[in-house]
Amino acid sequence: MTRAEIIIKLNEIFADIIDEGPVYLSETNTSNDIEGWDSLTNIQLIVDIEKNLNIKFTSDEIFSWKNVGEMIDCILIKK
Amino acid sequence: MTFNELKKNLKKNFGACKPLRLAILGDSMTQFLAQAIRGAGYTHRLDITIFEADFNQIDRQIQDIRSDLYSFAPDITLIFEAGHKLLQKFNKTIVNERIKFAENQINHMQLLVDTLQKNSQTKIIYFNSAEEDDHVFGNFANKVPLSFIYQQRKLNYLLTEIATNIVDFHICDMSSIQNVVGRKAIFQPSIYLNSEMLLSLDILPVIANSVLQIISSFYGGVKKCVILDLDNTLWGGIIGDDGIDKIQIGGLGIGKAFTEFQYWIKKLQQRGIIVCVCSKNDETIAKEPFKKHPDMVLRLKDISVFIANWENKVDNIKLIQQTLNIGFDSMVFLDDNPFERNIVRQNIMDITVPELPNDPADYLDYLYELNLFETTSYSSEDTNRTEQYQKEAKRVEKQMSFTNENDFLQSLKMLAVVQPFNSFSIPRVAQLSQRTNQFNLRTVRYSEKDIKNFSESKTYHTFSFSLEDIYGDNGLICSVILRDRNVNELFIDSWFMSCRVLKRSMENFVLNTITNYAHDKGYKYLIGEYLPTVKNVLVKNLYTELGFNQDQTFWRLNVDTYQYKKCFIKTKLLEL
Repeated sequence: MTRAEIIIKLNEIFADIIDEGPVYLSETNTSNDIEGWDSLTNIQLIVDIEKNLNIKFTSDEIFSWKNVGEMIDCILIKK
Repeated sequence: MTFNELKKNLKKNFGACKPLRLAILGDSMTQFLAQAIRGAGYTHRLDITIFEADFNQIDRQIQDIRSDLYSFAPDITLIFEAGHKLLQKFNKTIVNERIKFAENQINHMQLLVDTLQKNSQTKIIYFNSAEEDDHVFGNFANKVPLSFIYQQRKLNYLLTEIATNIVDFHICDMSSIQNVVGRKAIFQPSIYLNSEMLLSLDILPVIANSVLQIISSFYGGVKKCVILDLDNTLWGGIIGDDGIDKIQIGGLGIGKAFTEFQYWIKKLQQRGIIVCVCSKNDETIAKEPFKKHPDMVLRLKDISVFIANWENKVDNIKLIQQTLNIGFDSMVFLDDNPFERNIVRQNIMDITVPELPNDPADYLDYLYELNLFETTSYSSEDTNRTEQYQKEAKRVEKQMSFTNENDFLQSLKMLAVVQPFNSFSIPRVAQLSQRTNQFNLRTVRYSEKDIKNFSESKTYHTFSFSLEDIYGDNGLICSVILRDRNVNELFIDSWFMSCRVLKRSMENFVLNTITNYAHDKGYKYLIGEYLPTVKNVLVKNLYTELGFNQDQTFWRLNVDTYQYKKCFIKTKLLEL
């Protein structure tokens, strides 16, 4: 998968979970930038990304991301 | 449904749903559980307002009577202590104390439950815990009372033991859920480390559904009857074609699946579920295995209504419904044929028609998972319900031999026993209060505890009615609860009656009885009220028909000028 493909997939997942209309993520985005991305939806997002891309994150990885870009880095290693 | 789908329900319009107040107390993060339960409530037509205590506040909320919990005044309180938290507690217990771990826990739980019940009217649902074996002793743990798994299993057992003795206290069986889905499906460690959440997102809908099944059963949503197809449902093969010696049933091969399925139906029947047959078959041929096949578990005496003909199943099921006089929503129809299932589903709105798997070997596991027969009560009367419905069928037969309705009623030689509620009748009265939908004037559901309180109160007057006739005892079939409105007026707080005894002049007998009582006690009026539900149209005009006069939204009957109504029931005096 390319970074662009991952972002498209993430946009879909975020839109489905947050359920407040379309989402357009950029690599520098953090949870502060996206309406509805809070600690609760974050759990749903992680589980849904794992399921959709058929990967598993370690607890360290989940703790470590500072923005969307770092999340993508992590996905790229596994995909 | 997935968790995300349940969550999307939260945005829907709950307008037509029944409002309910639920408190959730947990020792881990419960926000998702709360969302899942409210979302699942929508599909059960319940608008559940949830109070969620911050986590780890179980003790404080319950023991401080000024807590938010008590001011919320929940109808139901859910207490969720996670198995993993139990393990953490166990880890911190010094070795010598571990042998008493389960006992100490249960004493504490009992204290919480007692305190909660003393200070509020809430029903309680307590989760038992999903087993988590720390494998410190390996399999040998089963021989070591101070091992965790030994203590955890003991605790789950002790919880069921106290549950048998406390009314309005129910267990949500987390342990059983985990047995089905496995530990890996229930617990995701990486998420737990990040969030204090001990339930995986995938398991939340399962748990929410389990909770909702318990809650629905509190409010009358229970199944009372199972209707069975025969060929390839109850036995393998087609009786009309294969003949009695070729159908598959018994210990060999695929017959085993049908035998085990029949044992399950038999256990339901013994529990009080009405079993009926609806089959496209010649009646004589269809009945043959029930009479003659040595491996049949079910016999004709287990079947309340047996219909085998070549008419369509929709009409036949409607006939069963009329004979039993219970709602379609309390019926389950089991048929291996997808065509029959669809026709029934399309034409009878509320009936439950499970999508039985193709392979009979899978029937039972599939049906177990659906958990269709949730209940909140079980009384000894349940066990002979089949007999009662069979007697009812005989009465219907006899009735047809009389041209005059009154002659028929006279011939039944009916006797009624009238008593205030007592410790024997309280469970049955509560059950009737929760289950009766049609002949129920106000449909206020009362628990055993409520009923017990009424029986001890000075402002309430309680009546239970049992009816017997030449065909046998119908058991306790009607209750009336009267409440003082003022010195002159008695309010009919509840009047509910089993549909088994409709059209037997029982309502006249009941009114004669309570009017007589009111008169003796010096009251001038009986005040009735009809609160409509989707199911109690039957009694919409009852008070008019019985001679009450409308008084705004109430109905009023003058006790002094009351004329006794004709009825064919005599009072049976109890021998003391």
